[in-house]
Amino acid sequence: MQRKAVALISGGLDSLLAVRVMQDQGIYVEGINFFTGFCVEGHTHAIRKKDQKKPKRNNALWCAEQLGIKLHIIDIVEEYKDIVFNPKYGYGANLNPCLDCKIFMVKKAKEWMETHDFDFIITGEVVGQRPKSQRKDTMPVVQKDSGIEDRLLRPLCAKNLPQTLPERESWVNREKLYDFSGRSRKPQMALAKQFGFEDYAQPAGGCCFLTDAQYSVKLQDLWKARGDKQYEMDDIMLLKVGRHIRPAPEYKLIISREEGEGKFLQGYRKQYPSLKTTSHPGPLCLIDGDFAEEQIEQAARIVARYSQGKNADAVELEYRDTEGNTRQVKVAPLPPHELKKEWVV
Amino acid sequence: MSRHQLDCRRLLCPMPVIRVQNKVAELQPGDELEVVCTDPGVMQDIPAWCRINGHLLLDQQVRDDEYILHLRVQGDPH
Repeated sequence: MQRKAVALISGGLDSLLAVRVMQDQGIYVEGINFFTGFCVEGHTHAIRKKDQKKPKRNNALWCAEQLGIKLHIIDIVEEYKDIVFNPKYGYGANLNPCLDCKIFMVKKAKEWMETHDFDFIITGEVVGQRPKSQRKDTMPVVQKDSGIEDRLLRPLCAKNLPQTLPERESWVNREKLYDFSGRSRKPQMALAKQFGFEDYAQPAGGCCFLTDAQYSVKLQDLWKARGDKQYEMDDIMLLKVGRHIRPAPEYKLIISREEGEGKFLQGYRKQYPSLKTTSHPGPLCLIDGDFAEEQIEQAARIVARYSQGKNADAVELEYRDTEGNTRQVKVAPLPPHELKKEWVV
Repeated sequence: MSRHQLDCRRLLCPMPVIRVQNKVAELQPGDELEVVCTDPGVMQDIPAWCRINGHLLLDQQVRDDEYILHLRVQGDPH
């Protein structure tokens, strides 16, 4: 009887190798890729014009294709909010709830495994590779809190861990599993070479925006301004785009930095009031929050400062409300020394 | 066989792929789906998703900054 495993596929090298190791042992594998909304994959590359010449492949899909397995991409954006707001095990260096995240994903994969009559779960985790979720003392926490217990196999470091059910039942041969540990990528790269994988995604400091210090600051600023730990999908998308400047606690400016971002922000003009320079080439700016009429001029001066008219005596802009009503605003661009450092989020 | 349409404008990858995946799960083999998107990433991702899951991509084109893909559901759409 061929046993079936469901693999957590991030699109990186480790999950690619973990699946391949299982396939070598005759296990049938299908993949799951969870979309939290914070995944680095794709989004910003799709937005910024300068990145549009790069191939925009989704690495999880690419891995699945290389491996010849089915991949199920699952939207967990709504459910994931509770993990971001209230992580039982706290945050990492930034707003990254890595241990709670791993527990949540394994728990969701367990539900999928049971619904689809699969036998166990595999991940590409390596003991000691990540400071929070991939430690020898936290890996058993994932198994216990997710409820998966010994049906979770980590093929790349299994020999460093207690035997799991698939090993005890001889569904897989423990001797043919690996004992990788630590942050070095050399063993994985050597194994990739052995399997003939060359064009895999390079490790690039994590696959989640919540591990990014600058992004975390912007998210905290959003929560502070709203007085509540909440976000919608559009909020977390907009945090990835443009300059964010908060001249007053009650409102924030999101100013495009290049053409691709400007085009992307245009799609939000029915949701947010906006400013666009008309007398000079310049950025598009969305205004997020509650602002007074007299603050539009201040906002316009800041936007003008990022236009090609920054050294001109006056710059004209079009202010547009969410109903599409427009009016012209003429301002003197804000001199650089008047742009307070604390405004820049 | 029935024809269906899916509007994925303004969605960024992988959301269009997820929408396609969920829509196809409701369809029958032989049904056709036209997807309209604005993220250029779909030109790689949706064909890859079709290949992985055994569905047939009939056509993909760019029209006025929109990316339009046309696929036919094959076999077991799970």
